Amino acid sequence: MSDGAAGGRPATAASPRGATFTGPRGWLTYRGGLGYLMWAIHRLAGLGILLFLALHIADIFLLGFGQHVFDSLLAFYNAPWAHVMDVFLVFGVLFHAINGLRIIVQDFAPRVMIAERKLVIIELVVFLVVFLPAAWALLAPLWGA
Amino acid sequence: MMASGRRRGGGHVRPGDRGFEGWAWLFMRVSGVVLLFLAVFHLLWMHYVIGVDNLNFQTVASRWANPLWRLYDFALLAFALVHGMNGLRMVLEDYIHRAGTLLTVKSVAYVLAFLLLSAGGYIIFTFHVPA
Repeated sequence: MSDGAAGGRPATAASPRGATFTGPRGWLTYRGGLGYLMWAIHRLAGLGILLFLALHIADIFLLGFGQHVFDSLLAFYNAPWAHVMDVFLVFGVLFHAINGLRIIVQDFAPRVMIAERKLVIIELVVFLVVFLPAAWALLAPLWGA
Repeated sequence: MMASGRRRGGGHVRPGDRGFEGWAWLFMRVSGVVLLFLAVFHLLWMHYVIGVDNLNFQTVASRWANPLWRLYDFALLAFALVHGMNGLRMVLEDYIHRAGTLLTVKSVAYVLAFLLLSAGGYIIFTFHVPA
């Protein structure tokens, strides 16, 4: 996989102390390191976005059934739990976009790989600066802020 | 099947590689940059300029009164779906190791994707804006 490979880390299932984890902790650590975690989130976000895209095509298709049908089914997106799901969508799209940009830069300018960890940290800062206010803006109306 | 350049077990497709996997690799980067604009702009605009709670039949109808927005939405649909389906293909090839199962799952996925692209394209280009 060229998408987000962890730079130079050996593919072991062992922690720094030599212990091997199974279950959720093992999923997060079996290749070890930040690079693997970024790769895993990128992949999950991509699958989540694809799933939402299918749903979104279905809801837009309902436009063809007229205003009444479309607007009454759209109420589905105005429920509080839909706002919470929406935060996952914004998280996924912003993460996938910013992490994808880093992967492209690394692929076409491999010399930056020396500083991959720094790039990941810069990326995470950029991501949080964009994502946190975006998530706040979606959730604040739920408690009337 | 699958004797292509994308090798299992940590192999890399590299810039300049030829063949289907080389072009698929390049497509993911190019469409990724395109979607960085099309999809992120769409997401931010709909959430933070219009607001999801203000979206309804009327907002979409007035947007689609301009054919350029229909073109924008179709480009977004096509790029996102093909980019996403190629990503799904890579995930399926990573986790499904039996050739027959892989072929079946991929076939179902491609048929669904074709139906989604057709349905989306159909509504984008045939929607009639009420007077």
